[in-house]
Amino acid sequence: MNIAVLLSMVPDLVEELEIAPSGVALDTQWLRYLLSESDDHALEQALLLKERHGGGVTALALDRGEAEEALYTALARGADEAIKLTGIPEEGVGKTAAAAMFGAVLGESRPDLILTGVYAIDDMDGHMAGALAGLLGLPYVGVTRSVDAPEAGKVLVQKEYPGGLAAEMEVDLPAVVGVLSAPQPPRYVPVARIREARKTRKITEREAPSVTTPGGPVVRRLFKPEPAERAEMIEGTPEEMVRQIVTILENRGLVR
Amino acid sequence: MSGTGRDVWVYVEHLKGQVAGHTYELLGKGSEVAAALGGRLVAVLAGSAVQPLAATLGMAESVLCVEDAGLAGFTPEGHATALRALAEGEPPRLVLVGATSEGMDLAALLAAWMRIPLVVNCREIGVEGDRIVVTSQMCGGKLLGEMEIGDGMAILTVLPGAFPSQKGISERTPGVRLLASPVPLDGLRTRFTQMLEPEAGDVDITRAPVLIAVGRGIQRQDNIPLAEALAMLLGGEVCASRPVIDQGWLPLTRQVGKSGMIVKPKLYLALGISGAPEHVEGMKDSDLIIAINADPRAPIFDVADYGVTEDMFELLPALTEELEKRKAQGAT
Ligand SMILES: Cc1cc2nc3c(=O)[nH]c(=O)nc-3n(C[C@H](O)[C@H](O)[C@H](O)COP(=O)(O)OP(=O)(O)OC[C@H]3O[C@@H](n4cnc5c(N)ncnc54)[C@H](O)[C@@H]3O)c2cc1C
Ligand SMILES: Nc1ncnc2c1ncn2[C@@H]1O[C@H](COP(=O)(O)O)[C@@H](O)[C@H]1O
Repeated sequence: MNIAVLLSMVPDLVEELEIAPSGVALDTQWLRYLLSESDDHALEQALLLKERHGGGVTALALDRGEAEEALYTALARGADEAIKLTGIPEEGVGKTAAAAMFGAVLGESRPDLILTGVYAIDDMDGHMAGALAGLLGLPYVGVTRSVDAPEAGKVLVQKEYPGGLAAEMEVDLPAVVGVLSAPQPPRYVPVARIREARKTRKITEREAPSVTTPGGPVVRRLFKPEPAERAEMIEGTPEEMVRQIVTILENRGLVR
Repeated sequence: MSGTGRDVWVYVEHLKGQVAGHTYELLGKGSEVAAALGGRLVAVLAGSAVQPLAATLGMAESVLCVEDAGLAGFTPEGHATALRALAEGEPPRLVLVGATSEGMDLAALLAAWMRIPLVVNCREIGVEGDRIVVTSQMCGGKLLGEMEIGDGMAILTVLPGAFPSQKGISERTPGVRLLASPVPLDGLRTRFTQMLEPEAGDVDITRAPVLIAVGRGIQRQDNIPLAEALAMLLGGEVCASRPVIDQGWLPLTRQVGKSGMIVKPKLYLALGISGAPEHVEGMKDSDLIIAINADPRAPIFDVADYGVTEDMFELLPALTEELEKRKAQGAT
């Protein structure tokens, strides 16, 4: 089975987010980008499928932020090929445009299965995976916690519901599947292996196809929410903090 | 798209013969938006043997009830196919779905197939003249975007908890229009096979009076006993945020949040949990929330009653010791 995995870079939330002077975008100058968490799982899911059923895994990313690092990491973890789409505008592209770009590339290479993450934290004007499926005329299921391929020509997925429930579905290939989590934690590769991949492997560069997208929703402004009511903070030395916590618990009758 | 109407449609999510709670949140807000647009509020209820649920949707002026064996289990493809056919027949102005597992798949497919705008994770919806203006939440709740949608049909996914559900509940009996799917649903490439229940046998954290919750800040599986010791002393259980469960350090039955359990214990002690909206959704109604987090800006302090900015490993052993001491004193 040939699997394509889409990797997206999202702002690192540990850093303070600043809004650009335009008021409608993030100030990218100070942003650090990381691989979106569910994409890490999508890659793991792809590697698990390859190990079980053979085939190849191709990782794709738009040339932004730490994309190169993510692609070399994907190669070090077991991906066979990595493709970087270049010529992306500084301020990034919306989900619909990104879907159109990947749609053009994947429409040519026609993998059996396209895996993406879901719930990227920078989502606003849509969801990429469903948009891509729509463009390519493929079936789509998102929010999965397991993807298996017990028979040729289809996959069996578990779609996550609240409360630990899941719905099992059969999806004919080719298809797009949006992964929330892989059945096991993403494998770790030591930094040395990533460094080695940087020396010995090559990322294929491709000019991003130029796309036109219909005028979607317009961002009027980006802003930070008003700080809500904050907790009462417990201060002091660790011993004092502990005593205060215990007093609170006692007052509520929670210490038995 | 031509001939777009003014109606607001709410997609009714249901599971195991019950309408999902957040559907009422959508109905409540939807009725306000429909009034502002001069249209009607329509609930779209699709499935197999779902008609009895229509009686609970009195907030809607009418219920479009699609009964079809092909919709017996939810699949994004099946339900989006039916919804698309309905919407092409009598286009609404706005379709509201939950920002949930079902809702986001449905919205993404529908938006792509019908080439209509989609804004996700909305927590405010307003009408300004002809335009719909929504606020979308991003970056774990750290950023909001105000978006304007021009005329024509659009679809929104709405964050659970964004609007009160009481406003969506009404004693009225809605008019019900019963129909089969306007398009055949055989030959789809996605087939629902079964619902998988969580593994039974573990404790039910929704019943525990005290929960000691561990997040990624716990760092290693070896550190979980620190939380277990506290849980034992306080007569509670250990639960966790998603990353801890994803690592396999605790079973899925211990997950609190959007994809886990909704809990309301007397005490929720959050250790090394940042307070992402998906986690907060599951614990915000606890009686007493105390959070220990090394980062003074962590959003968990927005929901906690008491907060401690400190390395948890500096506090936990001393806290356990102090509680043991009090307990020993109490026993004598
Ligand atoms: C569809 C979907 C469903 C989801 N469902 C859930 C769900 O059901 N439940 C859930 O929890 N999440 C869920 N998530 C994930 C959620 O978005 C967050 O990623 C997750 O809650 C973060 O977990 P965390 O707070 O443990 O980790 P982080 O966000 O990484 O936070 C760790 C925190 O620990 C603190 N810390 C680190 N070291 C220490 C220390 N020594 N002492 C004190 N503090 C320390 C840090 O300051 C930080 O704030 C879901 C996400 C999606 C997309
Ligand atoms: N700009 C992008 N570059 C690469 N992949 C992307 C991009 N945007 C979205 N994706 C992929 O689509 C997934 C789901 O996006 P979304 O549904 O929009 O949250 C992400 O997790 C990625 O796998």
